[in-house]
Amino acid sequence: MPNPLYRKHIISIPDFTREELELVVQTAAQLKAAPRGDLLKDRLLATCFFEPSTRTRLSFETAVQRLGGNVIGFADGANTSAKKGETLADTVRIISSYTDAIIMRHPKEGAARVASEFSSVPIINGGDGANQHPSQTLLDLFTLQETQGRLDNLTVAFVGDLKYGRTVHSLAQALSLFGAKFYFVGPEALAMPDYLCEELDERGISYSIAATIEEVIPHIDILYMTRVQRERFDEAEYKKIQGQFVLRADMLRSARPNMKILHPLPRVDEITTDVDATPHAYYFEQAKNGVYARQALLSLVLNETV
Amino acid sequence: MTEKVYARNVEALKSGTVIDHIPAGQGLRILRLFQLAEYRERVTVGLNLPSGHMGSKDLIKIENVVLSEEQANELALFAPRGTVSVIEDFAVVRKQKLAIPDTVEGIFACPNSNCVSHVEPVQSHFSVRVTEHDTKMKCKYCEKVFSKDIVVDVR
Repeated sequence: MPNPLYRKHIISIPDFTREELELVVQTAAQLKAAPRGDLLKDRLLATCFFEPSTRTRLSFETAVQRLGGNVIGFADGANTSAKKGETLADTVRIISSYTDAIIMRHPKEGAARVASEFSSVPIINGGDGANQHPSQTLLDLFTLQETQGRLDNLTVAFVGDLKYGRTVHSLAQALSLFGAKFYFVGPEALAMPDYLCEELDERGISYSIAATIEEVIPHIDILYMTRVQRERFDEAEYKKIQGQFVLRADMLRSARPNMKILHPLPRVDEITTDVDATPHAYYFEQAKNGVYARQALLSLVLNETV
Repeated sequence: MTEKVYARNVEALKSGTVIDHIPAGQGLRILRLFQLAEYRERVTVGLNLPSGHMGSKDLIKIENVVLSEEQANELALFAPRGTVSVIEDFAVVRKQKLAIPDTVEGIFACPNSNCVSHVEPVQSHFSVRVTEHDTKMKCKYCEKVFSKDIVVDVR
């Protein structure tokens, strides 16, 4: 029987079952322990980035090539037919006739879902506006499993931009399938959206709002930091909250030994560089895990069995 | 004499549909969104009519047209207490029940201006969920969740 992700579009985390998430995480661990150079042999994938990205595109392209596959594509929508006014629907119809799968990033929310309705090959969403970025969540889950030895019943604090941070939303949605407990720490103006809190309520997930990072540190397994974007505030407002949601090494004294700090990167100044040398810092390893999680995802989508 | 005949022409419907108990102010919007004038049949609209239960209400009569179950359910989003009567030979032969639909396609635009559904050849698509205090609509494409009133107000 083919694996449940075989030939599936990968658009959004809520589309996944718990078993499918676990399958990707297990496969990523296997590929990290024992690399395979043959799983995408003779496969050609497209990376269509209508919006620029550094890590996501390079990490997908690395994943494809490490698995023995080939890549065509573009890194910026500015020089494509989209610029001439072609619809995404038409662009995808054509590119799907060239390749075995399409990895895409697009500035419009819902772009990957539309693409999946016009593509003859699987669409892998590498980010659609502020909506979803499922491969980031898969690499986050893999990193949680790797550092904590489990996905069930973890206590996670999310810090920073909880309103617009799509990585926060998707990871919270994914972990709600595993019975997590959450702390939300961030400026009031960037609080977790109501509809997500309602989703968590419906699934019986407990969460609380905390005012400072320090107060949650002794209670958590994972500290998930995000960047508070300056452009979301006017200057006076930003000055007021600036520094409030910054993590420094001296704040980690009360942390549990297993506690790890994650960050989807890029980091600006919300984690001071003295944290990097502590045993809790795991964000660079997390970024490296992006390649394994994406290898796992692509292998499962393009092979009946892995 | 002419006055009497005129009154009867407006009120009596030989066959077609009467949509009644529409909250006052929603009648024209329903006419437009459901493109009821596009059938090229005779349509009569009553606005701000007195109503025992509602204070005032709107009403739409449309000749020779019967709404699909899907359309009737979509109507429930505007007129939760609305009634849809099917008329044949001047008599009510059936009352269509209005139930909030699970999904709504192609009627409302997504309130999210950055939603791809505005620029691609797809129909808008919302899944509808009734909660204790509100009816929520989630866009299939951008996955944003809106209160029903926000979606209904967009156009």
